Amino acid sequence: MKRRNFLKACLIGGTTIALGKTNKGWASGSFEGYPEAMGVLVDTTRCIGCRSCEAACNKEQKLPEPDTSFDDPSVFEHERRPTSKAYTVVNRYQKEQPSGPVYRKVQCNHCNEPACLTSCFVNAYTKTKEGAVIYNSKVCVGCRNCMIACPFNAPGYDYDSATNPIVKKCILCYDTRLKYGKPPACVEICPQEALTFGHRADLIKLAHERIRATPERYVDHVYGEKEVGGTSWLYLAPVGFDKLGFDTTLSNDPIISNVKDFLGMVPMVLSIWPALFSGIHLLAKHEEQGGHGHDTDSNQEDTKP
Amino acid sequence: MKKMIQHGLAIVDSPYDEDGKKRTLVNKLLLGLTPSQYLLQAFRNPFNWILAAIFAIGIPILIGRFFFGLAWATSGSNDYPWGLFLGFGLFAMVPLSSSGFQLGTACEIFGRHDLEPIERLALLNGLLGYFFAVMYLLADLGQPWRLPYPMVVSFGPAAVLFLVAWHVATYLSVQVAEVSSAFFEWIGFPAGKRAIRRITLGLTVSGIILSTLHQGALGALFTYAPGKVHPLWYSSSFQWLHFFVSSLPGGLCMVITVSTIAAKTMAWRGDSRFHEKLDKVTVSLAKGACMGIATYITIKLIAIAHDNKWAYLDTGWGQWFMFEIIVGFMLPLTLMTYGVHTRKMNVVRLGAFMTVFGVVLNRVNTAMITFNWKLPHREIPPWREVIISLTIFATYIVVYRFILYRLPILFKWRRQEQEETVPEAVPAPALGRREASSVPVASYSSMTKLD
Repeated sequence: MKRRNFLKACLIGGTTIALGKTNKGWASGSFEGYPEAMGVLVDTTRCIGCRSCEAACNKEQKLPEPDTSFDDPSVFEHERRPTSKAYTVVNRYQKEQPSGPVYRKVQCNHCNEPACLTSCFVNAYTKTKEGAVIYNSKVCVGCRNCMIACPFNAPGYDYDSATNPIVKKCILCYDTRLKYGKPPACVEICPQEALTFGHRADLIKLAHERIRATPERYVDHVYGEKEVGGTSWLYLAPVGFDKLGFDTTLSNDPIISNVKDFLGMVPMVLSIWPALFSGIHLLAKHEEQGGHGHDTDSNQEDTKP
Repeated sequence: MKKMIQHGLAIVDSPYDEDGKKRTLVNKLLLGLTPSQYLLQAFRNPFNWILAAIFAIGIPILIGRFFFGLAWATSGSNDYPWGLFLGFGLFAMVPLSSSGFQLGTACEIFGRHDLEPIERLALLNGLLGYFFAVMYLLADLGQPWRLPYPMVVSFGPAAVLFLVAWHVATYLSVQVAEVSSAFFEWIGFPAGKRAIRRITLGLTVSGIILSTLHQGALGALFTYAPGKVHPLWYSSSFQWLHFFVSSLPGGLCMVITVSTIAAKTMAWRGDSRFHEKLDKVTVSLAKGACMGIATYITIKLIAIAHDNKWAYLDTGWGQWFMFEIIVGFMLPLTLMTYGVHTRKMNVVRLGAFMTVFGVVLNRVNTAMITFNWKLPHREIPPWREVIISLTIFATYIVVYRFILYRLPILFKWRRQEQEETVPEAVPAPALGRREASSVPVASYSSMTKLD
């Protein structure tokens, strides 16, 4: 091999390394959320399924009119998920139980280390110091990897728009309320005080306090305290969380920790491969001089593995 | 085409026609036919009518997708954000295109020059596969005009997709450079070819790096969804290896498949070197593919053992998984091994087709069929989505065929000296005329030192 070729290979390798270095998710690790992050505690034992939170959200976020009015109970027949037209929905569970149905409000949980954020290749998502996970529609390409990544199936996509489809999800009323220290619209409207707004750290204490005070009322678990690295929305429940449609198989590690094996391998491949394959090329070239030339009709037997 | 060659048509395989005159670009584009002859042969081919039917229905729908939005054209599902365009178009086309870097490596790095008759086909297969994977991606992206954003506007360097975007973009340009030497020969620009020849090693090595990483990265994309991909198709530690390793036999078998189809349907286009060496090369490729499949099956089983997922094999999903592994990988492995040992080329080729099927099924399974396995409903792609996918695939076939018909992929672009040493390939009267015009010929061959 010519020296120039070798240098060229090194140069190409070098630039790709420089490029690839940034690919490692340095910032992740054992990030436990911003200290002053806010959150909401949902006490499902208090929720009566009035859906006023859905209505308040619709008004605050200027979402389109729903198909049926917000006091139509027929929506409870099917389990719903947040969409681009409704950032939060209330589902009903356990309706056959003598203790009565349990309602659960669903929306973006605002993870401490959001999967949507780490999966986004244009960095459209930001976790603000107030705890909200917000989204920049100006840079979104529409690959929808965030929707694949979200363990709670929260983001909805505006498939109807041909010219400017964007991801739509709960932003904790960041632009209009949270930024100014005000609670989200859904919390403010809740007639049952099922939703409590406050610092996430305080809410965790409050949740455990409620469990301690009335252990017969709750299962001893605060959903969102540890799940996928912790979320800003926390839940208390009277029955096992799996019965209320929660995914109880989630790990306590953030989603990005699954991807780290691969991300860590990237700089290795970038640095080892050029030398390895240039070296093999040198070896193969040397052997060639003792035998067959470029594209000859040698009848040599196949030695390829 | 076959009939026309029987009637004395000389195929375009050198810069000069049978009269020793330099061929014009139009002449080369029309395969040495007159425009009316060209149209005649095109109309005579029944396959073109099928393609025409697909385009007649598909192109309006494809255009409609950009006017009426994704909801009109696809299932537009929030639970299954990636449908056929990505599940099939991106995730299945890319592994089938790993042939470019593998044959590039074998020929340029390992010095396996006996594989050269197929090297260009493998490179072209790689380039087109990637190119059309990007076409599928453009059809799927909500705002495709923002595709360059991760390169210039906003960076998300911790994301696997960021790596995929950069590497596919870089690798596409590497592949364009690799295939361009065939184009330079055809167009008659030897300086360009020499320039490419000089950087071949660098291109090939960067091809290996980029391919290793983004074939793996496509797998790593699914490690973002640990609870959604079915455990049998998921492995947090090995997902990227599964995708990378299965792409190796996938790419090799795709070359066997394409070369088989090309040797059958456009036999006139391959030169004697291609036809004589094809079986031997196919055996070499099949051997490589067998090693790849054996490794893949092993690491698949290791992953199941590693996370102790044996219990899942006893479910309906498990049977579907077994179907994929047995029909898509184990059976082809057996067939190809048997075929290689007994030199039964049809058996080898059948094995290769099945491997291609297996790799495609694996990707579609991971991205669509077993995705969201915990959700009660499965997403069936609506007809418009299917038709758009089919249309893009038909375009892929048309472009593939267009290039194979023209560029020196399956045949060697003849130099003048060669032409004179192979007089039987040229009609006798033409020979005399060429000798008369020996001066321009000589000056041409002295100025173009084609490699």
